[in-house]
Amino acid sequence: MIAIVDYGVGNLASVRKALAAVGAHAELVRDPAGLRNATAIVLPGVGNFGHCSREFHRFGFAPALRGARERGVPILGICVGMQLLFDGSEEDRGEPGLGFLAGKVVEMTNVPRLPQIGWNALGLTGAHRWLRDVREGDHFYFVHSYVPEPAHARDLLGTVEYGGTRCAIAGSDDLLGVQFHPEKSGANGLRLLSAFVGATTRAAVRS
Amino acid sequence: MTLARRVIPCLDVRDGKVVKSVRFVDTKDVGDAIELATRYDREGADELVFLDINASHEKRRTMVEFASAVADQLFIPFTVGGGVNSADLAGEILRVGADKVAVNSAAVRDPRIITEIAGRYGSQATVLSIDARREGDRWEVVLDGGRVPTGIDALAWARDGVARGAGEVLLNSIDRDGTKQGFDLGLTEAVASAVDVPVIASGGASSAADFVELFRKTSAGAGLAASIFHYGDATVGDVKDALAAAGIPVRPPERAFA
Repeated sequence: MIAIVDYGVGNLASVRKALAAVGAHAELVRDPAGLRNATAIVLPGVGNFGHCSREFHRFGFAPALRGARERGVPILGICVGMQLLFDGSEEDRGEPGLGFLAGKVVEMTNVPRLPQIGWNALGLTGAHRWLRDVREGDHFYFVHSYVPEPAHARDLLGTVEYGGTRCAIAGSDDLLGVQFHPEKSGANGLRLLSAFVGATTRAAVRS
Repeated sequence: MTLARRVIPCLDVRDGKVVKSVRFVDTKDVGDAIELATRYDREGADELVFLDINASHEKRRTMVEFASAVADQLFIPFTVGGGVNSADLAGEILRVGADKVAVNSAAVRDPRIITEIAGRYGSQATVLSIDARREGDRWEVVLDGGRVPTGIDALAWARDGVARGAGEVLLNSIDRDGTKQGFDLGLTEAVASAVDVPVIASGGASSAADFVELFRKTSAGAGLAASIFHYGDATVGDVKDALAAAGIPVRPPERAFA
């Protein structure tokens, strides 16, 4: 079962519907205990990092996510869900992230307008098996004012140009965070989600 | 590479059917809304805007069900507007899969709705929709398709709405709406200069060339049109081809998902 972490914020229905479109059944999970049986986890989130982080912790999801990470369950973070994978954000100082990826989330400066809203082209800087069908220059839909800055170059897998080169994808083995919205990025997004779902199936076979 | 300028078909919806309003009166049926939306998606629409033109009263349930049906089938961003008069209703529409809600007359009547929606769901989900009409040397906010003047200055209102939390401005020129005279470049650039969030220009587009002109001469992030696409004067693909040929960044046609 693919679990979509439901902490009361964000575009949960869109993520569920996009996963359904690539043939995967996903459930919204409101109780952290529900993550124990997950074969893969999607951590969504839109809007303000501080609000998302507070709600995420209030629901008690952090220990369950850490447990899943230790078990090697594939985790996909989307938008603010991606930002939560990092250490924390300057958007709301003091609201901690999960620390799965080293680095801070910062407001974009020197940009024409905030938020960045729209389709932008991806630069690929690293490889990841869930990105196997993503090509350099593919457009994805972005909506954000903040962006993570990975501390380690090896974690930076994709970039986007918006008033400078920004992190668009970060991750490691069983973990991927995307700043854009794959569930709203048409065929390009569905391809990425499909690759993620494929990883889930393999994880289930392993366990 | 840079952020692509967006081409956004607008669908005026009534009871799940698309209608096109010419200056908001004299509406004509042009078919099933989701069917048409799917066609626009295939043609390369970057986003969609659905305006429920008679939702102000009794049709709220329909709006939520309609938004849910759209999100079942389309995987590009979409906005729902027309008759969104409470943060609760906005929340329902967003929860079923819409990305943004547009508030217009409800925000003029009580601007606190902007702050409330942005506070709960984020600025990125909160679009301030403004209908503006030239009055002497300024633009005035009008309601109900121009029938109700408000005396409010459109630039001041755009600034105020953004300060209250709107993450995008959908700017409709009542002078141009339905006239096929091209976008109102003066109004668009005035508002785009007044705010630092993206502006979607609307009203008057009749050809691909109008979009080229919009993006050459203003800093609008997106152009929105209805009848040009509904009646086949140009397809979304035609517009994007023309933009690309003019050197304006657009999202290229995508490889189909097998």
